[in-house]
Amino acid sequence: MPLAQTSTFVPVVVDKDLCIADKGCTVCVDVCPLDVLRIAVTEDGPETAYMKYDECWYCMPCEADCPTGAVTVNLPFLLK
Amino acid sequence: MDEILDGTTQIDCDILIIGGGTAGPMAALKAKRKNPDANVILLDKANVKRSGAISMGMDGLNNSVIPGYATPEQYTKEITIANDGIVDQKAVYRYAEESYSIIEELDQFGIRFQKDQNGEYDVKKVHHIGTYVLPMPNGDTVKKALYRQLRKARINIINRYMATRLLTGEGRIAGAICVNTRTAEFLVVRAKAVVMSLGAAGRLGLPSSGYLYGTYENASNSGEGYSMAYHAGAGLANLECFQINPLIKDYNGPACAYVAGPMGGYTANAEGERFIECDYWSGQMMQEFYDELQGGKGPVYLKLNHLAEETVAEIERVLHIVERPTRGHFHRGRSTDYRTDMIEMHISEIGFCSGHSASGVFVDEHARTTIDGLYAAGDMANVPHNYMLGAFTNGAFAGLDAVDFIKDVDFAEFDTGEVDAERTRVLAPTKRDDGIPPNQIEYKTRRFVNDYLQPPKVTAKMELAQRRFEEVRHDMETEMYVRDSHELMRALEASAIMDCADMAAAASLYRTESRWGLYHNRVEYERDDENWFCHTILTKGDDGKPAHHKRDVQDYIVEIEDDEKDAYNNQRVTKSVAAE
Repeated sequence: MPLAQTSTFVPVVVDKDLCIADKGCTVCVDVCPLDVLRIAVTEDGPETAYMKYDECWYCMPCEADCPTGAVTVNLPFLLK
Repeated sequence: MDEILDGTTQIDCDILIIGGGTAGPMAALKAKRKNPDANVILLDKANVKRSGAISMGMDGLNNSVIPGYATPEQYTKEITIANDGIVDQKAVYRYAEESYSIIEELDQFGIRFQKDQNGEYDVKKVHHIGTYVLPMPNGDTVKKALYRQLRKARINIINRYMATRLLTGEGRIAGAICVNTRTAEFLVVRAKAVVMSLGAAGRLGLPSSGYLYGTYENASNSGEGYSMAYHAGAGLANLECFQINPLIKDYNGPACAYVAGPMGGYTANAEGERFIECDYWSGQMMQEFYDELQGGKGPVYLKLNHLAEETVAEIERVLHIVERPTRGHFHRGRSTDYRTDMIEMHISEIGFCSGHSASGVFVDEHARTTIDGLYAAGDMANVPHNYMLGAFTNGAFAGLDAVDFIKDVDFAEFDTGEVDAERTRVLAPTKRDDGIPPNQIEYKTRRFVNDYLQPPKVTAKMELAQRRFEEVRHDMETEMYVRDSHELMRALEASAIMDCADMAAAASLYRTESRWGLYHNRVEYERDDENWFCHTILTKGDDGKPAHHKRDVQDYIVEIEDDEKDAYNNQRVTKSVAAE
């Protein structure tokens, strides 16, 4: 039985212009307690961090530790 | 990342510490300092830099026993009364005696504690009787300060490995089986001693928002410590003494009356009136909170709008940068301002946690569990009301005692068949072509926890819970399906949550009395000191299901007078003649 593809509005937003994942930075991915962030990789290599899994405790290490201020933690829609 | 790889590595260490939040780092530091030759490994499912309940820091110590402000005798008495008498005082007393030295040590790490103009600790009164709350002005730096110490002490840190089962042999601890959360590769760690510091079972009840991760506790604290202790045969104490906390509704984070209280804030009902005398959490206080919510006088609010601008600004400064800093985002999103609005509060989903209540793996005053060489500390160990400073202090006790334990022992032999069996169990959801994803298994389990186990507790509902859990467990064991190693971590968490749900129901049914206010309010039973003035110990029975026995409460070392016993039972504000 196939799984459904239900869309979800994710709370963590990364500003692509500020994100330096292309320079090898993985700070937000490293510090997330729930391990929900990943780096999107294109043919040209790593591009930007993004929230892959909607499993957020809105705790903020990703935002606080980001060296360029690219990450914003919003409240998940269900509880905001 | 996240693909499922096949592989098993085995490593050895003297002391394995599982969980790098609060208790774990302190256990590691103390062990390493006492025996610099010991090979100490600190392992975490997340990254020790930002793991655990204090990933963003903490605003203060809730239970500091500072000479000149409080004595160990006073504190032991306060916690004994707050926890309704079921306390082995030796562990609480030892904490009370030695935690001050931990404060001094944290101070040396660069964590500051608030002092007044005379350079004395600025301790605040929040508890019913004594004075124990000490603000931490740079509490947002706690994890960074700890991490620096861990690096300096050359502790071996292993991140992103999730321990799934303990290994035992020769009647003692032998190590642990762990899985990489990003590759699904196995790591078998042989250890002479193991310290468990995996935090609360915080993903047990479902928050009212319905968002699985919108929990009161750090959502990565999903109860693996409780589950592993259970499967290894350790005793777990008083699990029916659930954790239920007052919180900001929907945000589901602490309202922090401990911060706001000493500055004039308080918990109020819909009429803006104070209804509890004391904001310190206990089951009795939570019962009053629940009664107000349910009794037509709710909603319940955090009231700060009577305070001066400078006071509100100071409260915001503390609450919006430490512990749960998204709180400021939340209030902005709702356009609520402490200056003009009261903040709607609610009560949390249930969980196990000794940090706030008293449901944990049974330990003595050395943090020893009922299995030789296995220790537990922090939220998951049953020293009541131990909060962050208790995690640090009991973590220290565990690390120190473990160093003595490993002196005389070599690695215990274990049955390698256990590793094979665990590999099969763990990987089962990866071997199917389709099935039920872990989030649905987890949602259903936790929804039933809310439906049937949330106090007030009713026997027939709890028995229904057991039947429903059995059905979901069957589905989990035969149909759970994952597509990558990240989902596999969630599947393993779902399994631990299921174990905790089973234990919560079984423990609550076993104690046929009411105790601890709302935490174990069994509507069909009164309090019964004659039969139930005891710990209840839950173990894994021969049939693989929870078994129970009673354990005597140790003789008190600090006597409680008869007229003191009820100090926490009379929480409701009574109007004085003058007020009327």
